[in-house]
Amino acid sequence: MPTISSPLPGVFYRRPSPDQEVYVNDGDQVTEGQTIGLIEVMKNFTELKATAGGTIKEFLVDDESELSVGQDVAVLE
Amino acid sequence: MSAAPTRRVLVANRGEIAVRVIRAAHTCGWEAVAVHSDADADSRWVVLADDARRIGPSPARRSYLDIDAVLEAARDSGCTHVHPGYGFLAERPEFARRVTEAGLTYVGPSAEVIESMGDKAAARRTAEQAGVPVVPGSGVVADAAAARAAAADVGFPLLIKAAAGGGGRGIRVVRTDDELDDAVATAQAEASASFGDGSLYLERCIENARHIEVQVVGDTHGNVVHFFERDCSVQRRRQKLLEEAPAPGLAATLRDEITSAAVRLAAEVGYQGAGTVEFLVEGQAFYFIEMNTRIQVEHPITEMVTNTDLVAEQLRVAAGEPLSVTQDDITLSGAAVEFRINAEDPEQDFFPSPGELVRFDSPNGPGVRVDSGFVAGGQIVPYYDSLVAKVVVHGRDRDEALARAEQALTEFTVEGVVTTRDLHLSLIADEAFRAGGVTTTWFEERSTGPR
Repeated sequence: MPTISSPLPGVFYRRPSPDQEVYVNDGDQVTEGQTIGLIEVMKNFTELKATAGGTIKEFLVDDESELSVGQDVAVLE
Repeated sequence: MSAAPTRRVLVANRGEIAVRVIRAAHTCGWEAVAVHSDADADSRWVVLADDARRIGPSPARRSYLDIDAVLEAARDSGCTHVHPGYGFLAERPEFARRVTEAGLTYVGPSAEVIESMGDKAAARRTAEQAGVPVVPGSGVVADAAAARAAAADVGFPLLIKAAAGGGGRGIRVVRTDDELDDAVATAQAEASASFGDGSLYLERCIENARHIEVQVVGDTHGNVVHFFERDCSVQRRRQKLLEEAPAPGLAATLRDEITSAAVRLAAEVGYQGAGTVEFLVEGQAFYFIEMNTRIQVEHPITEMVTNTDLVAEQLRVAAGEPLSVTQDDITLSGAAVEFRINAEDPEQDFFPSPGELVRFDSPNGPGVRVDSGFVAGGQIVPYYDSLVAKVVVHGRDRDEALARAEQALTEFTVEGVVTTRDLHLSLIADEAFRAGGVTTTWFEERSTGPR
């Protein structure tokens, strides 16, 4: 199954800010290029985007957890 | 002979400034206690300190920004003082207040002074009371209608600023009347989200100015002195890249006016500790913009040209001792430049470059000082800022300082992360920079304009 992986190391956030809703939930439909989370690296924030359209089956990492380069973040189907 | 009670300072920070404070503490005969997150457990400042405490997991919000955890570390390790460094909790009035309420001494001004200078609109009023010129602008504007009325007086282009802002954040440029309503709405939202306070004010946008700031220190005996000025005009997106002291080509009369204005402002608020009063300088006119109520990243160049240990001075003043110098004792000697070596790739729009410092050969030689929180094999982790080291050079004059800078930067070999070293080498070779007196827009125009 295809996955969305992180192009950079950092901290993964599922929400645009702590008091807002998550970008997407498990089971949501996404389109290619849609933002599914943020990656913070040294106070810079980069959007993590869906690499293809489909349904988000599940997130493989928790909100606010550390990511390494190439780590799988979510499973698409 | 009875021994003086041992002073023990908690260093509530990380990286090079933590190392810097520990060194100053030791030279003053104090003990220093380090704090660290999980990511920093094996860090250099932990090794150099007399004692260390873990304050939480790696994200700053759950460690270095956790006031309860920091205070517990201070109490648990028997500290008498708390030094905030810069960044993190350094300009949070709540932190200063909580330190004091815990029966400890905060190394810095009172919570009230931090608060009054942190509110940019209030700081402007204080400056005006002290007879310090401010950028023409408005008081706090409540809504778009008030902003429109104020904009007519201030004139375009103008800046919308968050009253609670700082570090270049929460600022928007508005060039025409049409852009105003939208800009006010977004600035208000941004200010509320970033600072928990949506208050805004307007200021005339002074586009061709130099950023010149004055280092001041006040003690608990009513003395305030200045340690001359720094020129921090080389900036990218309002973040400083390199700084120099003194400001090249600044006329002696203008220097006198700016430094005395800074002292007047600090005296007006009964300032205690080290602080910096920032100005924009356009021709012979200067305007107060804000005051930073902490030690700054670029303090070493002032130390170089005034032969003073400013952090030691902070500690002494916090212990109730008078300043070790009077204004007449403080003289300018030579010129100094500081280069921020960041783990960022200038070729990729300054994208952060975390990783292991596989090689880290730092320079030395006459007039060269390197402040860093790292050694070879250390990790530049993604949780915090990208500062790897500060290369500070001093010479009898600016030419000698820049010659030493070229040698020092060339010697500095870092492998494992991409750094801004080569960018600095190209900046000091640039004719406009060499001539001295570039303005705050110079770097970005240089980067985007014809080469």
